Amino acid sequence: MKKIAVFSLIVFQIIALGFVDGKQATTPPENAKASLQAFQKMLTVLKHNRCMNCHPSDDHPLQGDDAHVHLFNVQRGKDNQGLPTMRCNTCHQKENNPYSNVPGAPHWQLPAKSMGWQGLSDAQIGEVLLNKSKNGGRSLSELLHHMTKDPLVLWAWNPGKNREKPPLSQQEFAKSVKTWIDNGAVVPK
Amino acid sequence: MKIEFTLNGTPQSVDVPENMPLLWVVRDVLNLKGTKFGCGKAMCGACTLHIDGDAVRSCSYSAQYAQGKNITTIEGLAPEGSLHPVQQAWIDEVVPQCGYCQPGFMMAVANLLDKIPNPSDEDIDDNITNLCRCGTYYRMRKAIHRAATLKNNL
Repeated sequence: MKKIAVFSLIVFQIIALGFVDGKQATTPPENAKASLQAFQKMLTVLKHNRCMNCHPSDDHPLQGDDAHVHLFNVQRGKDNQGLPTMRCNTCHQKENNPYSNVPGAPHWQLPAKSMGWQGLSDAQIGEVLLNKSKNGGRSLSELLHHMTKDPLVLWAWNPGKNREKPPLSQQEFAKSVKTWIDNGAVVPK
Repeated sequence: MKIEFTLNGTPQSVDVPENMPLLWVVRDVLNLKGTKFGCGKAMCGACTLHIDGDAVRSCSYSAQYAQGKNITTIEGLAPEGSLHPVQQAWIDEVVPQCGYCQPGFMMAVANLLDKIPNPSDEDIDDNITNLCRCGTYYRMRKAIHRAATLKNNL
């Protein structure tokens, strides 16, 4: 029985190590498991249209709960803030507009194209999150701050009338992100 | 809420609810009727004006954000008694039909020419997304190219 337990532990360790890369490959298996579980939980938010609409893999943001292509041929532009006369702030301001119902939040804009999530697998989204050359040069602590404190991200839980919120509460999401990072930021392979 | 800004080169001070659309401030409080209300959802562009050099749809712009800004409406696009090249081109090409949406179009186009002095047809399609129910787009395209020439020859 003891041999089986030891064997299982070794097998699990190999599997856990297989989920991670680089220096994170030394993550203890129990942490790796907790991290991976937290990642899958927070992924339900990242893959929700409230987040996905603004993380396009091309130059066209989406909008609405049905994720249709943003009306008026709205495009990314050179600085991720729209075209010269069709800037994001042509219509979007620092908060939701109570009259027009146009959504708004501080620094409303698209993330860099390298942060596009559309069409990616879970593992690929994880890679985009962790790879500094793709995530805007963010360290893990900066990633934690962005995902849990950035007012533009927090807007997802205050999206205004007729817009669905992500499946987790903001508190649950923040807890998942922290658990994921604290346990090694493990992503599926 | 007291809000101070510059409108068409003149300092203005208004006391209005902070979330009142800037369009209402301009039209109903300051009595400048050139900027139009179209859809009220920032979709049609009839309410377009300039704020600190950007084209903005004022029906979706809370008055509180105007604090300290430099705002231009169609009335201030050109100095008193003269026409902006876009306005001149609009006349030359007889663009308007009913005319209701045209101030918004001209404001958007003036902003486009500030940023892209010689816009291609693709630039026009990408940047001028206002709506005209009369369908004057064909004449507008000609007028935009004419306006670019007029402006570049000033």
